[in-house]
Amino acid sequence: MTNAAMQGTYLGEGSGPRAWLLTTDHKRVAWLYLISLTGFFFLGGAMAVLMRIELATPAGDLVSDDGYNRLFSLHGIIMVWFFLVPSIPATLGNFLLPLMIGARDLAFPRLNLASWYVFIFGSLFALFSVVAGGVDTGWTFYTPLSTLYANGWVSTAAFGVFIVGFSTIMTGINFIVTVHTLRAPGLTWFRLPIFVWTLYATSLVMVLATPVLAASLILIVLERVFGIGIFNPDLGGAPLLFQHLFWFYSHPAVYIMILPGMGVVSEVLPCFSRRPLFGYKAVAISSMAIAVFGFLVWGHHMFVSGQSAYAGVVFSFLSFCVAIPSAIKVFNWSLTLRKGEISFETPMLYALFFLALFTFGGLAGLFLAALAVDVHLHDTYFVIAHFHYIMVGGMVTAYMAGLHFWWPKMTGRMYSETAGRIAATVTFVGFNLTFFPQYMLGFNGMPRRYHTYPPEFQFWHVLSSAGAVVLAVGYLMPLFYLGLSLFRGARAPDNPWHATGLEWQTSSPPPPHNFKTMPVVTRPAYAYDMKGLEHERFSPYREEAAE
Amino acid sequence: MSGTESVAFDTPQREQRADTLAMWVFIGSEAMLFGGIFLVFLIAHIDSGTAFAAASKHLSLPLGTFNTAVLITSSFTMALAHTLALQRRWRATVWALAATSLLGICFLVVKGIEYSREISEGLAPVLGLQFRYAGPDPKHAEFFFGLYFAMTSLHALHLIGGIIVIAGMIALWRTANPDNRLHRVEAIGLYWHFVDVVWVFMFPVLYLINR
Repeated sequence: MTNAAMQGTYLGEGSGPRAWLLTTDHKRVAWLYLISLTGFFFLGGAMAVLMRIELATPAGDLVSDDGYNRLFSLHGIIMVWFFLVPSIPATLGNFLLPLMIGARDLAFPRLNLASWYVFIFGSLFALFSVVAGGVDTGWTFYTPLSTLYANGWVSTAAFGVFIVGFSTIMTGINFIVTVHTLRAPGLTWFRLPIFVWTLYATSLVMVLATPVLAASLILIVLERVFGIGIFNPDLGGAPLLFQHLFWFYSHPAVYIMILPGMGVVSEVLPCFSRRPLFGYKAVAISSMAIAVFGFLVWGHHMFVSGQSAYAGVVFSFLSFCVAIPSAIKVFNWSLTLRKGEISFETPMLYALFFLALFTFGGLAGLFLAALAVDVHLHDTYFVIAHFHYIMVGGMVTAYMAGLHFWWPKMTGRMYSETAGRIAATVTFVGFNLTFFPQYMLGFNGMPRRYHTYPPEFQFWHVLSSAGAVVLAVGYLMPLFYLGLSLFRGARAPDNPWHATGLEWQTSSPPPPHNFKTMPVVTRPAYAYDMKGLEHERFSPYREEAAE
Repeated sequence: MSGTESVAFDTPQREQRADTLAMWVFIGSEAMLFGGIFLVFLIAHIDSGTAFAAASKHLSLPLGTFNTAVLITSSFTMALAHTLALQRRWRATVWALAATSLLGICFLVVKGIEYSREISEGLAPVLGLQFRYAGPDPKHAEFFFGLYFAMTSLHALHLIGGIIVIAGMIALWRTANPDNRLHRVEAIGLYWHFVDVVWVFMFPVLYLINR
């Protein structure tokens, strides 16, 4: 990629392994993350494909029951801890946060690089446990399955997740401090792009929830290695305690996973409908509200675990409350489209698909938050379908929207628009074909985590497996046309989508320290409706030398 | 960009604000870590309070009290280091930092003595050691000692981290300019006081609450 055209950009600053592996430039660290996370995404995806092939027939003919347990455990561990949690923050967030707020870099560039090395170190432990024989506890490491009865590499897998937690906390601290201290002159809190708001909310959750996960994983490792029986009733401990600690982190963690996706969509929808984001303040505040409510609803994972019925009622009520800020966002996004000049470029297609899939998954969440219904649906495919609609249909679709939206900025190249639109549509069709049947399966009583099933479920399982193949094609396509664009793509202009964000005011790709002259912000975000500014129609910023 | 460690900042003053904020955020994160563990202890205490009360009498109150005094004194010398750094009296600052880390090491030595006493008395249910306990309800007493070792060793690890950072700061002292020195002292000072405060909660919860 390095050639004359890249001179003066961050990509022209040397191309050897040293220049990449010892970089402290946030834009290059973002690439390190992007490449490693793509590896994990396809590793976890391959496991999902194996599971879907196994489930095409009622009998267990491809893998053994124990092998199947290991497949879904590793699929979950890799996808949740090594892809979804870091996905948008560590790649797009890392690349864009300083650009969007007019800073030269993150507040702590070396800490940022260190976080990637910690991530890789932790992921080695997890990969070791994959190669050495796997884990069969599910991604949740429930005790006593992970302590008394485990027959896999639980300690190394849990330790890997524990290490990756440090990388998450480092990123969180870096983002929070950056947003507080490095905003450009004139960039007040309520002029920040929503993507920055959601990264900020995500970082708060990362910093305050991850340590509780760390505590519970330390206690598991202490129990397995040192024999301290905190979750072992034989030694006076309580297994249910683990579920409380685990979900105290892991429920907020689902908001770590979805909030940045909401931020991406809030950037893309206004740009391709040429309208300011409807209800900017409501969207910003509801991001923070989701982060706060997220800490108060962990008990809804334990409705049938024997917690008190009164606790169940409270957690159910609070879970319904989370739907309010989420619905505020969905309505505001929809109203942004109203009377807009909508065009359907690839990022916009992904963003619209996000809107549909997130709404669909979110509504299913209300079923599960209702106590009586949850007793019927708990641990069935209904739950699988619900969180895949949010995590894959929502988060991964938003990730793809963001990747296509900012790809010209990151690489200085345009990709094939036709291929992009086809891939987005194939993904949408494949996704619904894979996961909608799982709602039906779960509603009819098919439990999760079984590799054999009664023949009457086969119709829906076959549909779902067929959908998985289509979905895999949808996810593999960008690998090729985005990869090709690096070498063959047309040069990207600085602002190909005529978007308003500060990141579009610098060159594509940006220079090493982001801006040649430091920007000063004079207008709110998403000023797509400013009149009388024809010569700078989509450029609500002026550049001035920093004082 | 002169005088800043990160390219992102224009002035050392803004960088120092950022460093201090980062340390506060990190302390918030650490508070959640210890908070989780304290919560586990609290729930266990509600379930088996009498067994815990009996078991906690087997801890050494004199050594625990001595260690508390040592750690609070180390917080005093750390506060002194910060005051001296604000006055730019660098030599005295280094001495105060060295005293702080020595007091930290003293705490760890006494903790080690306590651990070895408990191990020799058979009160350590870790690493497959035989747990010998004469009092009532040995099962829950074992749980108490498990928690005791988990909590105090986690605290000791944080203290060791602090001592290593102070040692590193003293080693790099000559290469740092005055602004860097000041904000490093401020950041490690915040961390040190936090680790101290954790002990101030841990001591009564483990040693005193049932006496």
